[in-house]
Amino acid sequence: MTNSLRSNAGLVAIGVGGIVLLIGLPIVLDLYTLLQITLYVIFGILALSLAFIWGYGGILCFGQSAFFGLGAYAYAVSVINIGESTLPFLIATALPAAFAAGLGYFMFYSRISDVYVGVITLTVTLIFYNVVNSTAGPQYHIGEALLGGFNGMPNVPSLNIPFQPDNTLEPAGMFTLCGGLLLIVYFGLHALLRTRFGRVLVAVRENEQRVEFQGYDARLHKLVAFSIGGGLAGIAGCLFTAWGNFVSPTAFSVVQSAQIIIWLMVGGAGTLLGPVIGAMAISWLTLKIGTQQTVNANVVLGAILLVFVLLVPRGIAPMVTERLVPWLMSLRQPQTSPQSVAREGKA
Amino acid sequence: MSKPLIETRGLVKHFGGVQAIRGVDFALAEGELRCLIGPNGAGKSTFFKLLTGQIKPTSGSVLFRGTDITSLQAHEIARLGIGVKTQVPSVFNGLSVRDNLWIAAARHKKGKAIAQLVEAQIERLMLGRFADSLTGQLAHDQRQRVELGLVLCGEPNLILLDEPAAGMTEEERARTAELIFEINRDHPLIVVEHDMSFIRSIARRITVFNQGEILMEGGVDQVFSSQAVRDVYLGKKAAA
Repeated sequence: MTNSLRSNAGLVAIGVGGIVLLIGLPIVLDLYTLLQITLYVIFGILALSLAFIWGYGGILCFGQSAFFGLGAYAYAVSVINIGESTLPFLIATALPAAFAAGLGYFMFYSRISDVYVGVITLTVTLIFYNVVNSTAGPQYHIGEALLGGFNGMPNVPSLNIPFQPDNTLEPAGMFTLCGGLLLIVYFGLHALLRTRFGRVLVAVRENEQRVEFQGYDARLHKLVAFSIGGGLAGIAGCLFTAWGNFVSPTAFSVVQSAQIIIWLMVGGAGTLLGPVIGAMAISWLTLKIGTQQTVNANVVLGAILLVFVLLVPRGIAPMVTERLVPWLMSLRQPQTSPQSVAREGKA
Repeated sequence: MSKPLIETRGLVKHFGGVQAIRGVDFALAEGELRCLIGPNGAGKSTFFKLLTGQIKPTSGSVLFRGTDITSLQAHEIARLGIGVKTQVPSVFNGLSVRDNLWIAAARHKKGKAIAQLVEAQIERLMLGRFADSLTGQLAHDQRQRVELGLVLCGEPNLILLDEPAAGMTEEERARTAELIFEINRDHPLIVVEHDMSFIRSIARRITVFNQGEILMEGGVDQVFSSQAVRDVYLGKKAAA
């Protein structure tokens, strides 16, 4: 009971803090910083998409960028053709979700092992990357949208207020939208994990065979979770394209996929807050390292990953809640308890 | 006689060239407690997996209350009310004992009835002290009881127990035997077991497997005094 109270208090704190930042940051920050933070927020959503299926569903997906890239390109192609962003946003969510469901059906219903799920998702990402990379030339277009091959697609329209194509979102509005979506996804996943579906999904991660012995269809649970994760990654892809008005095949790249995994490992894969923190911290760090020439950014990222795997294997968030907080509590207690023991001794 | 609870007809299972099960006709009546014995490789485990739908037979069929369940998936068979306790405790190690049982109860109960069922089983299996502990951190014997709780929270019509006394002390074994009798008051049981003294203490009717076939079936005294059974199983053991 106290545990659930404590976790609820934590959630309330995150909710209040999130809303304060959502309203306050556009007021206090300059335009450049706000744009940067918007990008980190988008990556936060992307991190949550993998945190849900890997951290909670136990599905080892090495190709989360396939869904990210699919959402990014789906938005670019459809918004160029339609000219208004409401439907393209929905397409960019639904298409990766549907693709994940299809891919998941073949993987989970044929009961391949976790390692092969990793290999297949990685391969799918590589295929997307190579296919989209080789679409340079005027013959590769979908409707009015030129795919542009390795050069990507420039001048993709920004998001607009639903059904008002002329009313596009300014950077502050874009930040509020992305931040709001991050909060909705975060709390939505929390709520989902408290339903029977969510609890059984965690049980599937723990022991798939036992879940089936209890009469639940483990494959279906994984399939639905995988599809939700695909849809969320698609939302992140859509926002990413709309944020930069540009998308290129690097959205599908293995480097992108690896980065999401690093965010999770650093932040703590078994939590929802950790991956968001990991995504923001690592993205910020990558940017900072990129501004100097002394050390290569990938070397630093690799070193960070090594340090975390060796020293903090479960990530930042579990370390804080399970080690640091109890340690701080234990620091407070000895100051009072020896006295009370002494007092009891006198009495 | 009424329809059997579970029945197999001409059940055959090949693994490549190996015939693990060669035409087994088996029937269990409602309310029965049946023990399956046999030397290693006799096909007991394969037979178990065929009953629970983990593997599909090469030919033959499995019937539950007269309905053919041969082609059903494992989770669909579980939903009919067939509970399984495996040899090595198969539980959700990363969840608390209470959360383990919640998963099992929430399959067929709603709202407050879930918690009621969970608490009742926690008490029945004397798991109260560990209810909020992570199941993976418990001792073997306690995890066995958690798994039994998972099975019982499913309120099954038939329970399959694979070596319930494996790795237990004399005292734990006696307690397990009592528990088996208690469970059998409400649920029919099929028990696979190696331990002969344990079999003697719980068995009423025994099915002996040998080389993928049923060698014989009968009461405890009948089976233990059979020369054929002694030859394939007890005799070898006595000689060893």
